[in-house]
Amino acid sequence: MNTTLHSDPAPVAPQPSAEPVLEFRNVSIAFSGPHVLQDISFRVKPGETRILLGPAGVGKSVLLKLANGLIRPDEGSILLFGQDISRLREEDLFPLRTNTGMVFQEGALFDSLTVRDNVAYQLIQEEVPDDEIDARVMEALRFVGLESTFEFFPSSLSGGMRRRVAIARALIHRPDLLLYDSPTGGLDPVTSTTIIELIVKQRDVYRTPSLLVTHRLQDAFVMLNHRYDDAEQRMVSLPDGETNPNTTFLMLNEGRIIFDGSIHELVRSQDPFVREFLA
Amino acid sequence: MRYPVHESGRTSQFCVSWFGKLRAMDTIERTAKQLVLTVQEYSLFSFRAFTNLYRPPVYWADFLIQSDIIGVGSIAIVILAGFFTGGVLALQSAATLAQFGAAAVTGRFVSMSMIRELGPVLTGIMVSGRNASSMASELGSMVVTEQIDAMRALGVDPLRKLVTPRIFASISMLFFLTIVADAFGILGGAAVTVFMNHQNATQYFSMAYEYLRAPDILQGLVKPLFFGYIIASVGCFSGMKTTGGTEGVGRSTIQAVVNSSVLIIVVDFLVSQVMIALFSR
Repeated sequence: MNTTLHSDPAPVAPQPSAEPVLEFRNVSIAFSGPHVLQDISFRVKPGETRILLGPAGVGKSVLLKLANGLIRPDEGSILLFGQDISRLREEDLFPLRTNTGMVFQEGALFDSLTVRDNVAYQLIQEEVPDDEIDARVMEALRFVGLESTFEFFPSSLSGGMRRRVAIARALIHRPDLLLYDSPTGGLDPVTSTTIIELIVKQRDVYRTPSLLVTHRLQDAFVMLNHRYDDAEQRMVSLPDGETNPNTTFLMLNEGRIIFDGSIHELVRSQDPFVREFLA
Repeated sequence: MRYPVHESGRTSQFCVSWFGKLRAMDTIERTAKQLVLTVQEYSLFSFRAFTNLYRPPVYWADFLIQSDIIGVGSIAIVILAGFFTGGVLALQSAATLAQFGAAAVTGRFVSMSMIRELGPVLTGIMVSGRNASSMASELGSMVVTEQIDAMRALGVDPLRKLVTPRIFASISMLFFLTIVADAFGILGGAAVTVFMNHQNATQYFSMAYEYLRAPDILQGLVKPLFFGYIIASVGCFSGMKTTGGTEGVGRSTIQAVVNSSVLIIVVDFLVSQVMIALFSR
């Protein structure tokens, strides 16, 4: 991981013909009751950041777990890196999952392990030498600004710090797809901005395709209107009227995707729920 | 459920009784299906966890850590339980045997009871109370805080990483803990026989040893293998199936201890039957 990589100030939108990293095709799922998700179809292309908006309890986290094969759909298919994971055996899913990074809602850090061992979890399983592990963990922690927590246990970290460690853990293996489950949920505005800045930094420095779930519209707009300036080492606003072309939106309501498109299409949408959500 | 109403406007007594029976049948059917489903899930879960040892990766470091937690951690309670059980056996049996002029065979009675039956079962139940509960609560907490999902998302199989080492550590440690319990049980019996009943120690130990045969020892050492498997597989299964937050963790812990203890007693009966049939002893 190299944080000195320079971000392009004018990112190029993904090619429409590019093979999607993740694709949902008519996916439905129910848990002993009515459908939680119904007939969900969308794509995440290389270099693209998709923000999934929707009110709480609408099935956003379920959708994210489906994307990683943690839950199986009742109907439809999910293609991860071109492979249909909806019918794949659990053993065959593990190698695929090592190429995705997932940030859980509350961080989901292993509370019996130190920050170092949490971040290095995948590397330890792969029996990477200790020296290399330490170097890569420090690099990942430097990326999220938490080098000093190397030997700490998760219980001694604040909620925001735990999320940042979770981001470092998701990034250390240089994944080909990142999944963020409400990364700012329950955090104060200042900490939320820090987390969003990290996500923008990841988007603009590494350009890893990602799917971010949130119910916070302000987070989505910050991601859209900002870029990470590697020279200044901080997130800066884009010029007026300019938005990040790689960042697009999905909106979920009552188990269905009711919107899929760019910010310009979103603000012009006539759907009553979209209008109410944006109001 | 709405009951049919007669033209007169009154609910028929017959209909109430009939629909009540239907509802009861429905509940019985649902419970039976749930039970069958749980047994099926448990069988598949424990079979997969067991066979994982024969396919890489095998987490030997976790096996050693769990062996330390289960084996070394339980040794004090096993020694105490074994010693005092042997003691109370000698105390109770000596009084009865003395009525038939057979107080001299106290050693035989204690060693047979401890080695064939009480050593394995007591150790199993003690370790179940300590470790099945800790496995269920630890894994249950990991489930409700999404740590198990995080592990799967990181490409690590929780069954291999968490369950398989616990099962094999539990089987191997229970084997040795049972031997410790047997030894301390016989010592406890000796202490009571010598210091309280004022009998001869040499006589006690020679009686304890003389009538012991290989099938008795085999029976006592086969049982802990089954009990160790039950303790870890039931504890881990209850933990991994936890739902309903912290309250659910508490429920899983209770379930793990109750189910593993009952299963130990049932399997003890079955293994005893098989061993007696095999060795006619």
